[in-house]
Amino acid sequence: MSSAGQQRFTGTTVIGTARLIAAKDLRVELRSRVLLNQVLPFALIVMVMFAFALDSDAVLERVAPGLVWLAALFSALIMVSRSFAVETADGALDQLRSAGVPAMGIFIGKMMALMAQLVVLVTLLIIAAVVLYRAELSWAGSVLLVTTGLTATCGLAAVGTLYGGLAAGAKGRETLLPLLLLPVVAPVLIGATRATESAFGTRGVSTSQGWPWLGLLAVFAVLFSVSGAVAFGPLLDD
Amino acid sequence: MSTVSHGHDPATLEPVVDLCDAVAVLGSFPALAGATMTVLRGEIVLLSGPNGAGKTTLLRLCAGLVALERGRGRVLGVDLSIDRESVRHRVGMIGHSNGLYGDLTVTENVRFWGRTVGASESEIDLAVSRMGLDGRLAHLSVSRLSAGQRRRTALAGLVARRAELWLLDEPHAGLDAAGRDELDSVLKMAATAGATVIVASHELERASKLATRQVEVIAGQVRKVVGL
Repeated sequence: MSSAGQQRFTGTTVIGTARLIAAKDLRVELRSRVLLNQVLPFALIVMVMFAFALDSDAVLERVAPGLVWLAALFSALIMVSRSFAVETADGALDQLRSAGVPAMGIFIGKMMALMAQLVVLVTLLIIAAVVLYRAELSWAGSVLLVTTGLTATCGLAAVGTLYGGLAAGAKGRETLLPLLLLPVVAPVLIGATRATESAFGTRGVSTSQGWPWLGLLAVFAVLFSVSGAVAFGPLLDD
Repeated sequence: MSTVSHGHDPATLEPVVDLCDAVAVLGSFPALAGATMTVLRGEIVLLSGPNGAGKTTLLRLCAGLVALERGRGRVLGVDLSIDRESVRHRVGMIGHSNGLYGDLTVTENVRFWGRTVGASESEIDLAVSRMGLDGRLAHLSVSRLSAGQRRRTALAGLVARRAELWLLDEPHAGLDAAGRDELDSVLKMAATAGATVIVASHELERASKLATRQVEVIAGQVRKVVGL
């Protein structure tokens, strides 16, 4: 990012803070390449291991949508952990709060950065499902799949940022985070899997049957985005 | 350090920190039990006292991070009992950690902290050069720096943030002799430029050479104030 570009990102407003934090998180990711060198290979290995374990084209084709979102969920756990490990390694999260940086902006910024990384991850997982599990995708299915991917990753990023912040100061946060996060994201897993089944046409399900599941994903994303933005400040202060 | 204003308007005549019988509670424990202290602009004040005496809580109270339960407390003209959050962006607090991102370079870290208050690119460059971090160091990632260089980077972040009150908790910890000397010169420079510095330290011999006053904190109260 050029310095001229960065000049727009100032932390004096919620939106400015969000852009500043998101740009910083993405820059940290570009430098460390954790997503590229660790998370994406992990997600692909999970997909391959599923293929070995199930060892049947018919079964794989049927369960492909669920496997995509399970792999996304496991990988998201690593990404959320990493996102907050960067903040807590040298006390930056405390500094942000003690510097009076708006907590709502911190939440939105970290959520945006996480969502951008999740979109890359889910795109790769869907490509892997098409290649490895021979999932088929029509034009109408593609539209549903893109919408599902964006809505589900928004929900995952929101709840991941909220619970990542909650676990950030806790002892044993690496094990606490999955315990907190996995039960809460069950609606995303169910909704995204059903919508992806419709997009892939799995078990003869039509594309139109997938759209109602988007409602669940959208409600989840809005609920956790709003509640996370409001609750993040008190959560960090406590 | 031009980032800190120090004109002769009435605001500069008011104490930067003015605590009177301040009580702060951590859980149910009164970490500060009626502390009274006044700090003027441009001073470097050393907080001394045994472990658990309340030095860090006193710093956190001044930073608006701990609630004032009883007594009076004003920092930079802000009443802590009414709106302690609004003082935070004018105060810089550095504890044992520096608040830096190891994967980013020195300049990127300073820029990030400067941007939180809308600092311009020239202010950021100035902060980097004032801390002696320009040139080759500016483009090194923080993870490759020595402890002293990291501390200087954190202080450059305070300068870029235009912090008027610097609250430092054991700033000499983990630094070698050269790093400590560097830190002391940076703090003197900051005070000369109009910043107010409060340092909590166990290293009295070193810190007392730096400070203008020593405030002894014992059992959550200010027991003794010594001019140095």
